[in-house]
Amino acid sequence: MGSMLQYPFIQNALLSGSCIAVVGALTGYFLLSRGLTFAGHALPNIGFAGAAGAVLVGVKPVYGMFVFTVLASFGIRALGKNVRDRDVSIGVLMSFALGLGLLFLDLYSGYAQRVYAILFGTILGISRSDVLVTGISTLAVVAFILLLYRPLLFATFDPAVAEARGVPVGLIATALLVVVAVTVSLSIQVMGAILVFTLLVGPAATAIRLTRRPSTSLLLAAALGVAYVWGGITLAVASGDLPVSFFVASIAFAVYLPVRLLTAGRAETRRGAPPAHAH
Amino acid sequence: MTADKQALPARATLRAPVGERGRDGSGRASGLPLVALDRVTVRLGERVIQHEMSFTLVPGELVAVLGPNGAGKSTLLKLLLGLIKPAGGSLSVFGAPPKRGNRLIGYAPQFGTIESDHAVRVRDVVGFGLDGHRWGPGWPSRAREAAIEKALDEVGALALADVPANELSGGEQQRLLIAQALLTDPKLLLLDEPLSNLDLARSQEVIQLVDGIRRSRGVAVLFVTHDVNPLLPYLDRVLYMANAQSVIGLPDEVITRERLSAIYGSPVEVVEALGRLFVVGVET
Repeated sequence: MGSMLQYPFIQNALLSGSCIAVVGALTGYFLLSRGLTFAGHALPNIGFAGAAGAVLVGVKPVYGMFVFTVLASFGIRALGKNVRDRDVSIGVLMSFALGLGLLFLDLYSGYAQRVYAILFGTILGISRSDVLVTGISTLAVVAFILLLYRPLLFATFDPAVAEARGVPVGLIATALLVVVAVTVSLSIQVMGAILVFTLLVGPAATAIRLTRRPSTSLLLAAALGVAYVWGGITLAVASGDLPVSFFVASIAFAVYLPVRLLTAGRAETRRGAPPAHAH
Repeated sequence: MTADKQALPARATLRAPVGERGRDGSGRASGLPLVALDRVTVRLGERVIQHEMSFTLVPGELVAVLGPNGAGKSTLLKLLLGLIKPAGGSLSVFGAPPKRGNRLIGYAPQFGTIESDHAVRVRDVVGFGLDGHRWGPGWPSRAREAAIEKALDEVGALALADVPANELSGGEQQRLLIAQALLTDPKLLLLDEPLSNLDLARSQEVIQLVDGIRRSRGVAVLFVTHDVNPLLPYLDRVLYMANAQSVIGLPDEVITRERLSAIYGSPVEVVEALGRLFVVGVET
């Protein structure tokens, strides 16, 4: 491990990987708590389409990702207010985006290497300037979450009362999705579009089952995310050639599964008996 | 609770209102109103939900809000909370137009709102009532925890403070919502169907809790419910909303065949049986 650290490309991978692990865990916590897990799957796919479109017009992929995912955030907010509507809308949006992505791929030859990089990430090819951009964006996302901490939790867990208390629940919901879009776009470069979901959902889902309150859930999720990334990079380097994201996803699964099984015996939701008299 | 133990009042006589509120026999009150509606009309889209509704509320009184689904009971609460605007008429809350986030109003919405399966404790949710609307993460403080525990104690739920909120029963959730509403020391409590999904025993507990709070803190309470009977021994007036109309007064003035038939525009019978009132002919 020690000898590994001397290489700049490993350092860059660890730094940028840690950053996106943190923002992924934090935003993923709110996605899970709001029942928006599917959006966590859809946005990376939409981001992929944006990246493919960007390459087609000769622009850096990350700009395409930003545009498509942020637009999709507004789209998700605009379509479908209740959960069922929302899942359908998100699915339809995602399918459309994937179709566009397919079109872009078809229109531009000589893609293969770049497509592969977008789909699976290039964590071991991150440059110092990429690290800087990722680091600054991470600070911005963390600052956003800290600034909105209390209203965000209030709007997430108790939206009707929050609204009555003057919390702008709609604005917060939109802002959160935009932050997720930014997080996803940053993370795709590192983890790849296909496996970004793992860092969004894995650490947060595990942390939620192990802790009792939001602050400890968030801290644990971030810690787990960073651990998964470091573990994934270490294992990938040790294995010689196998992809980092595969190891990260496997570690996330390997940790989540036993936690899920061991905490399944927790008290089920207790609800009062139905009313004894007719209304 | 059995009917004879409770000795529910006969239709003609009701328990006198608590305290000195200067209420005369017709139910009209003197003293500064907390809430005053003057010919307020409420629209949802094209539909007129309420047409020229007028009433006042004074401190300390418990008013049941009755009426069928869709009559605008929840909408009335949202009006008072400043979440929707009236289409006509004027209303004032604490002497001013309603504004969002008024800390003098405590609100417990319908269907207990703990939205997710995820780890958040009762004390965390109650704490939202104190400072959930303020920016930043906040600092943990002994004073804050003490205020939360005091509110939980007042509703008899202190033992639940560290329980995950999603593991609460319906009655316990209601206590949590009420505790949360009490944290800003409100003068008006708006409770939207707190008794739905509660059995008889739990309903009684919640009603007695609300009445106790009303007496000790002098808050006025608007209590939306489908069944007025459990509330009859405790309430001061009834606001009956149906068919875009409303009438407010003592229960035995409002829940009558004449009044309700007039509101519904079709025959409604009020039957007194087993010490309870049943409205027959329409859904209540």
